[in-house]
Amino acid sequence: MSYVSLLTKECKTVSYVSGPLIFVQSVKGVKFGEIAQITLPNGEERTGQVLDVSKDLSVVQVFEGTSGIDNMETRVRFTGEPPKVDVSIDMLGRIFNGVGKPRDGGPDVIQEASLDINGMPINPYARDKPADFIQTGMSAIDALNTLVRGQKLPIFTGSGLPANKLAAQIARQAQVRGEGENFAVVFVAMGITYKEASYFMTDFERTGALERVVFFMNLADDPTIERIATPRCALTVAEYLAFTHNLHVLVILTDMINYCEALREISTAREEVPGRRGYPGYMYTDLATIYERAGRIKGKTGSITQLPILTMPDDDITHPVPDLTGYITEGQIVLSRDLFRRGADPPIDVLPCLSRLMNLGIGPGKTREDHRNVADQLYASYAYGRDLRRLVAIVGEEALTELDKKYLKFADEFEKRFITQGDENRSLERTLEIGWDLMSMLPEDELKRIKLDFIKKYHPAYKKG
Amino acid sequence: MIEGFISRISGPVVLSDHMKGSRMYDVVKVGIEELNGEIIRLDGDVAVIQVYEDTSGLKIGEKVINTGTPLSVDLGPGLLSSIYDGIQRPLSLLVEKSGSFISRGISVPGIDMEKKWDFIAAKKKGDTVSGGDVLGTVKEYHIDHRILVPPQVSGTIKEIKNGSYTVREPVCILEDNTLITMLQKWPVRKGRPYRTKQDPRLPLITGQRIFDSIFPVTKGGTAMIPGGFGTGKTVAEQTLAKWSDTQIVVYIGCGERGNEMTDVLSEFPELVDPRTKMPLMQRTILIANTSNMPVAAREASIYTGITMAEYYRDMGYDVALMADSTSRWGEALREVSGRLEEMPGEEGYPAYLATRLAAFYERAGRVVCLGSDERFGSVTIVGAVSPPGGDFSEPITQNTLRITGTFWALDTNLAYRRHFPSVNWIKSYSLYLDSIQDWFVNSGFSDWKEIRDKTMYLLQKEVELQEIVQLVGPDALPESEKAILEITRMIREDFLQQSAYHEIDSFCPLEKQYWMLKVILAFYDSIGEAMNKGVALNKILKLPIKADIGRMKELKDLERIKVLIGEIDKKVAAVEVER
Repeated sequence: MSYVSLLTKECKTVSYVSGPLIFVQSVKGVKFGEIAQITLPNGEERTGQVLDVSKDLSVVQVFEGTSGIDNMETRVRFTGEPPKVDVSIDMLGRIFNGVGKPRDGGPDVIQEASLDINGMPINPYARDKPADFIQTGMSAIDALNTLVRGQKLPIFTGSGLPANKLAAQIARQAQVRGEGENFAVVFVAMGITYKEASYFMTDFERTGALERVVFFMNLADDPTIERIATPRCALTVAEYLAFTHNLHVLVILTDMINYCEALREISTAREEVPGRRGYPGYMYTDLATIYERAGRIKGKTGSITQLPILTMPDDDITHPVPDLTGYITEGQIVLSRDLFRRGADPPIDVLPCLSRLMNLGIGPGKTREDHRNVADQLYASYAYGRDLRRLVAIVGEEALTELDKKYLKFADEFEKRFITQGDENRSLERTLEIGWDLMSMLPEDELKRIKLDFIKKYHPAYKKG
Repeated sequence: MIEGFISRISGPVVLSDHMKGSRMYDVVKVGIEELNGEIIRLDGDVAVIQVYEDTSGLKIGEKVINTGTPLSVDLGPGLLSSIYDGIQRPLSLLVEKSGSFISRGISVPGIDMEKKWDFIAAKKKGDTVSGGDVLGTVKEYHIDHRILVPPQVSGTIKEIKNGSYTVREPVCILEDNTLITMLQKWPVRKGRPYRTKQDPRLPLITGQRIFDSIFPVTKGGTAMIPGGFGTGKTVAEQTLAKWSDTQIVVYIGCGERGNEMTDVLSEFPELVDPRTKMPLMQRTILIANTSNMPVAAREASIYTGITMAEYYRDMGYDVALMADSTSRWGEALREVSGRLEEMPGEEGYPAYLATRLAAFYERAGRVVCLGSDERFGSVTIVGAVSPPGGDFSEPITQNTLRITGTFWALDTNLAYRRHFPSVNWIKSYSLYLDSIQDWFVNSGFSDWKEIRDKTMYLLQKEVELQEIVQLVGPDALPESEKAILEITRMIREDFLQQSAYHEIDSFCPLEKQYWMLKVILAFYDSIGEAMNKGVALNKILKLPIKADIGRMKELKDLERIKVLIGEIDKKVAAVEVER
């Protein structure tokens, strides 16, 4: 977009520069939210977006940062266009920067369309109910916190925990039962290191999935403010692939905490009233405009499933970023340092995990009739066993009743055999079978959450007899 | 008509010049696309406007037109089973106009203006009528939609017509030539008038054991459900919307997930009201302003909902209003307040947060409606609250606590162990226990209060005993206290826990609740008696009858629960003989 039309407005009236923002004076007809091209005194071109306009002042956030911008020679050209990204089916297999420009050295994408990256909210009336069970091959997810197509299910992790390994494994193994695959992965890196990004790239390459992946890379050393646009560009591409080309798109966003840091940086520069921990008060709404772009639409076969990864600062789930995320997403997968130290792989702590859409994806015809009951029972028994561990620490194992000892054993075995699976890709049947095996450690009348019919049908004691 | 020009744009807030003469809360059309907005501050000839749609692309100098009317909703037949956004635009019409994604600047009527309704007059020529009198009815599904004389209108009927009319055609003409149609417009921020407010004395029956039997709310009462994420607020709200014994339900999805609304939309038409046997959707109005839809419309959605609820209340119906979640509404207030650069109160919320919350919740209540016949109607408000980090000390939870009558505290720990509904029985309370006791006594549950209090006593005792167990282990307790722990475990697992998805257990009639609790307490009494005679607790607990009690939830036949009481006596007494 280097051409200059009669309609573009260009000026040299930068009056004030602060953090990522520049304040431009006396330009007429600037649109709220439009894109500005900034030309530095040394000829360098940068891109910005209008955040606030009044009669004599426009505030522009500069994606690439403000170093080198002066308030004499710098020229700002208002394009009159909202931020857009060029989309095409040919983006599959390519690597882009945070605003959708190729960074793999390849040619520019020939655009099939150019779309506003902010998108528009999906009309709730036009949404289709997520209903397809995605088998991830992970027991802790499939059996207890089932992922469904069109869902947004974040992974809450701590620094040093293997969230990337889990995400890569899910991306590799995820399949919908009984369907040929028509899938794509959009991988969005925000502020992660090159090493982390290349881990994913190598993994996709190894499994031959690389040509089904679109990479958006804003790495740790790339401009921070660009991160605001990165997930939006990526989701615009995902929407295009899902609802125009009818693909099932899995979007992996990592790491959302870096996105929120960028948001906070801009908010602070604008001197806004801060909410909790300095994050802006509108962070909920802002995050929602990203997460809510997952889903299915009536009459279209494609879908967008989101798997955001989020590092909880100091493993604190009540930190504003995981907290607000949890309020928007349909559940969460939580990794635990405790379990990691105990050797669980993946270290998924199932107690705080949740999948809100689970019931839509399971049951007769989708998974198995006893799925819900088994999940409830495993949860209840494991939770009770975990409680006992705390008690044992104080009073010793001898003080427990016979029944409680069984529960304690159950909790240990559950972590060893059910949660831990390494690189194994488990079918749902295998997962449920392990679940039943574990439950048979407990007396039968303790299995209150399971219908009698199912006990008769699936309990190992009856199967053999 | 006042016309001004945009002078500043900052997110959802727009400033406009040349607006002198505008009133607060007038609706304005902003820019070339005529986006809907509302004036929220006046300063000289500058009006501050919150815009209900995305403001990207607006320019300084574009015109702003004041419509001169406050934000109003269309009230009339056709509301039921609709799904609206925050400013009463039917989402189904938006799909027709702009496809699967919501674009901007679309104006559509709130109710179908072309549809004909069969009006049956209840008054005749020459009758004198005043505001709130029933002129006649139309059938809206199975509900008798009463057409009322608008408040502040009165006179003698010159002409009243039976027959098929649209909502805009007059069905009644008064002597002074006032035309009355089936359509009323009402400003959302102003409560609809009633004659007198009454003390709420009837319980709202929801089919949920912990709500009905332990912490009841009344018809016309207010309740709040706070809880961290994943504690089941939305499931609780939806369950209440499904099973409440009101004629009308208004469900406001305020800043929540799109997929949740889809869930309601696809589920409600298939579910059947256990009382009327009609699809639940036919008594429900949905308002969906999901979290990614514009913030200002989220602020308005609560008022849009309550005005519709009041409209049906005025016909003499019981209405339940579910607001999920009021925290998102508070955040919308905060966001707009921040853009106005107002001095923030606690945690950035505006200082008027408490006033606004109180004004909203006070629109609930059981009233004698306007009109010459003695009609009673009620609006019950159940508001979900999403406290950040599950911390109940935050402003919205605390301010709501001060004004609501029932407090259902959801507990993250209970949710982690899949105890649903995860209502914490120690923290929760209901202020309506005394006022509804009469109703329980008159309905044949004479000792309800007694058994409820006994249950609460045991549960409280359990907390104390658990503390001891944590210190010295369960073996140190005397047998009688171990018995309490066993019984409270049964109360928790066999009574308080209730699956929202089980085909039978999801709705538990009040009578069944009563007998279930009776059975468990009878078991406790029998244990006490047997242990007095020297029977070991272990032996009683091994009785198969204990498992029978655990399966009560799944029973549909009330008699099979009632007989358990006799059986318990017999079986527990038999243990003694064996000894």
